[in-house]
Amino acid sequence: MGAGVEFPTLLKPLSSPEADAALHPLQDTALGSLTMYVVPETSPLLPQVGSSTLWCFTPQRCPGETSIRRLSHRVRSQPSSLPFSQGINAYVGKHRSALVRAAGTLPALRSRLQQLTQVMSFTASSITAALSDRVPDGQPGPDARRSLKSSLGYEITFSLLNPDPKSHDVHWAIEDAVTRYVQPVLDKLSLVANFSVDSQILYYAVLGVTPRYDKESSSFLLSAHSLPHVINPVEARLGSSAASLYPVLNFLLYIPERSHSPLYIQDKDGAPVSTNAFHSPRWGGIVVYNVEAPASPQASLPLHVDVDMARVMEVFLAQLRLLFGLSWEELPPEFLLESPGNEGLADWELDRLLWAHTVENIATVATTLTSLAQLLDKIGNIVIKDDVASEVYRAVASAQSAMDKLATGHLHSAFQASKEAATSSERAFFDPSLLHLLYFPDDQKFAIYVPLFLPMAVPILLSLAKIIRETRQKKKEPTKVD
Amino acid sequence: MLAVAVLLLLLLLAAGPGRAAAGPGRDALREELLLSPLPNGDVAATFQFRTRWDADLPRGAVSHYRLFPKALGQLVAALGVRELHLTLTQGFWRTQAWGQPPLQAPSGAELWVWFQSTVTDVDKAWKELSNILSGIFCASLNFIDATNTVTPTASFKPLGLANGTDHNLLRYAVLPREVVCTENLTPWKKLLPCGSKAGLAVLLKAERLFHSSYHSQAVHIRPICRDASCLAVSWELRQTLTVVFDTFSSGQGKKDWSLFKMFSRTLTDACPLASQSKVYVDVSPKNKEKELLEVTPPPTSVYEATVQGDKRTYAVYDLLSPSLFNTSRSLNVQFKWKRPEDSSEMPIPVLHAQRYVSGYGLQTGEISTLIYNTHPYRAFPVILLETVPWYLRLYVHTLTIITKGKENKPSYIHYQPAQDRRRPHLLEMLIQLPANSNTKISIQFERALLKWTEYPPDPNHGFYVSSSVLSALVPSITAMKDVDVEDSPLFTSLFPSADGSSYFVRLYTEPLLVNLPTPDFSMPYNVICLTCTVVAVCYGSFYNLLTRTFHVEEPSRGGLAKRLANIIRKFRGVPPL
Repeated sequence: MGAGVEFPTLLKPLSSPEADAALHPLQDTALGSLTMYVVPETSPLLPQVGSSTLWCFTPQRCPGETSIRRLSHRVRSQPSSLPFSQGINAYVGKHRSALVRAAGTLPALRSRLQQLTQVMSFTASSITAALSDRVPDGQPGPDARRSLKSSLGYEITFSLLNPDPKSHDVHWAIEDAVTRYVQPVLDKLSLVANFSVDSQILYYAVLGVTPRYDKESSSFLLSAHSLPHVINPVEARLGSSAASLYPVLNFLLYIPERSHSPLYIQDKDGAPVSTNAFHSPRWGGIVVYNVEAPASPQASLPLHVDVDMARVMEVFLAQLRLLFGLSWEELPPEFLLESPGNEGLADWELDRLLWAHTVENIATVATTLTSLAQLLDKIGNIVIKDDVASEVYRAVASAQSAMDKLATGHLHSAFQASKEAATSSERAFFDPSLLHLLYFPDDQKFAIYVPLFLPMAVPILLSLAKIIRETRQKKKEPTKVD
Repeated sequence: MLAVAVLLLLLLLAAGPGRAAAGPGRDALREELLLSPLPNGDVAATFQFRTRWDADLPRGAVSHYRLFPKALGQLVAALGVRELHLTLTQGFWRTQAWGQPPLQAPSGAELWVWFQSTVTDVDKAWKELSNILSGIFCASLNFIDATNTVTPTASFKPLGLANGTDHNLLRYAVLPREVVCTENLTPWKKLLPCGSKAGLAVLLKAERLFHSSYHSQAVHIRPICRDASCLAVSWELRQTLTVVFDTFSSGQGKKDWSLFKMFSRTLTDACPLASQSKVYVDVSPKNKEKELLEVTPPPTSVYEATVQGDKRTYAVYDLLSPSLFNTSRSLNVQFKWKRPEDSSEMPIPVLHAQRYVSGYGLQTGEISTLIYNTHPYRAFPVILLETVPWYLRLYVHTLTIITKGKENKPSYIHYQPAQDRRRPHLLEMLIQLPANSNTKISIQFERALLKWTEYPPDPNHGFYVSSSVLSALVPSITAMKDVDVEDSPLFTSLFPSADGSSYFVRLYTEPLLVNLPTPDFSMPYNVICLTCTVVAVCYGSFYNLLTRTFHVEEPSRGGLAKRLANIIRKFRGVPPL
């Protein structure tokens, strides 16, 4: 990553996003690269306080309930929690660039740059997060377990659960919503994996927990500790994907029954969750969508309901980001973040994802090959066919080239090589000829010969006993004196 | 803006509860239950659920499902399936006692699939498909492999829309050993949009359904014409379930029955997603004597149709009509005979068949099939399909077809010999059946010896040979009208009728159980034990012989025998030992 230092004094009337856009053609756009522009301390390029044209995120916000207005380009102003005196010191663009305000001293600038690198690039902490699965010890935090395992592809399934089709006739414009909101994100993510999207509507699918009635608000409440029990009964109805073996990301839109609505999710402190949604790591997310009661109770059933897809998709996409381990949590407050726009994630975030997946793939290859080697050690007479052997060689070679390329900074080719290594190693490991049940364990072979060995051992043991007895007797007897 | 939305909402509400959903992906569900008293007093209940989806299943693109189950839709799209027919059956439909079934199925599991012409490797797709279906339906369909798969050339034509019938795209397999039970019913029910929570499916209670003489559940997927002009394709999923209750013997000799007696449930509502929900009760008068039977509550309407060559009258209950649940909250159809019916002779179906295996010993045998045509004056051809596993080696030269004492030459014959451990025998014949005749087809076989790992568990039970299939256009005695498929009840519309004078019948014969020479599987262990014992005994004595030291023993006073001998010697005057 190159840290170019420029002094764009001529760009005074511009704001930082415009400057970033203007500088974009000049940049090194290779995957994994990062360009930082240092601007003078007094430059008006970076606003002194949170500007209303930019986006900011508070680090305190709980990720499961983020309500990020990202899709409709709506503007969100900075919460007042930011100390005014501090101002904005850095601007993180949506490509691979950042503007940094020069600090008074060189060490201060260096620390600021380092901080920025921490946010935008791959660091030791992201390595531990990526390897949290492979490394058995260590205490992975709740966030470390959240992100999905690296895979060649993912299936995204949107399910509308309507447990009460007698009262609610629900329609959702899912086709349109997928092309408008989901597809741009997936196009961006297509570097990382293949994605397929489908949707279904399930009727009479109920949550596994009966919500509690709250008299004060005359609504039903689902507390945070009961959420783990919600998913299992629903999952039986979801059905697994028949046509592929990729992991499935489930996004459920739940319309509560008429007798249980409105339904709200409570967090651990008992406060209602603003988005009325929760997500389950590595599985997906659920949004509860309450249908407004009809004005007159005599309204004919079923009630026609058109789902507001923008509202729902916003939450689903925030959950999708979380499932991939992208969050804005570690951002220091004096950093300004440009909205990634319709694509849902910035270029540098994509790079981080690629870094993480590459490292995870290499770790997977290492563990797979290790366990294959352990299997070979355990069963001595196992037959390794030529194709399995060539897969193993290919996996090792690809993993090595991935590491070399990673060291030289060629992120994309490193990721491709790591993917190849992972597929080769999996193919070798799951080869049907390596099923250990195909081979006789040695103890069973011994069991077959027991009927032979046992009767043969009897005379040997008896004569051994006799020899021992005789030698003992000889010792006891005093030497004969003639 | 708000006013417009309210107006729109009102308009949509007025348009009816969700049935008028326009757009490209329109889908509709129809559900139907047919209750027919059988000639011998049993009652057959046939459920049919039809999901029709006016969309083409795209391959690999984004797909959005509403009523059509996603699992099956993805399967059809991913593997290039044109038509899929899967039946899981427990028991055997007794054609002679029960008459012609609406949809018969062979006992065990049957799967036949037509693939799209774009599929390059049909065998691979077939293998993958059977494995996925086995996962979806919890059945052992994964045992379908090359040794029990055939490609019939004439018997199984596509039931839906098809351009070109290249039979290389067809695969057919039967697993006669398959046992069908609750674990197969549950995933089948899960495919229904309403599950078993509402509509006719509430009657599907496993403990009653499997306490019956015959249980058959099926899934049929096929492309059909979207409208009369047939410019676009719709996909149709039919889920059918047929069950025969033995009400006669369990009802104290009375032939009366009710929904509650059979299913221990009653109907309370229609599935809210269904555009049609009807119960048909067969009340056709027999022997021209009317008013023998009584159905309560009074039906919504009466429907007359010609089904399989017979004029039939059905009492119809429309669950969607609000008047039905006005008087009582639930519908419990009751069926009473006004006076005990004298045991009239059973009507014999026009076409029926039997099959048996004969011969003695474990070396050779003979498979005989008897086909009856009881039509008084019309002859018609029938296609017979036999699949015999490779371990029964057919002697084709012994194939004889005899009708009325004379040899009957088949007008079409297709025989594909078996290859050991690779593929089964396939024999297809087009046989002309003269009026009022029976035809005997026999072929001899030799039993092969299997390798010891090829025997299934419990090999002394025998080996199943799957049912042979008879497909025929049976001439109808009464003329049939051409009816609109969309409006007619579902049970009449799966098989297309060629014209008004004949109807299509597919019959399955009994599966056969053949004993093969079975080795004594404990023999290897016995041999090991015996040889080991012999070796050990020999070894023991040799060992003793080689390791013992022999030395002369000093004569002592001797034992009892010696003293006795000495006493005898004393008497004889011989010096003692």
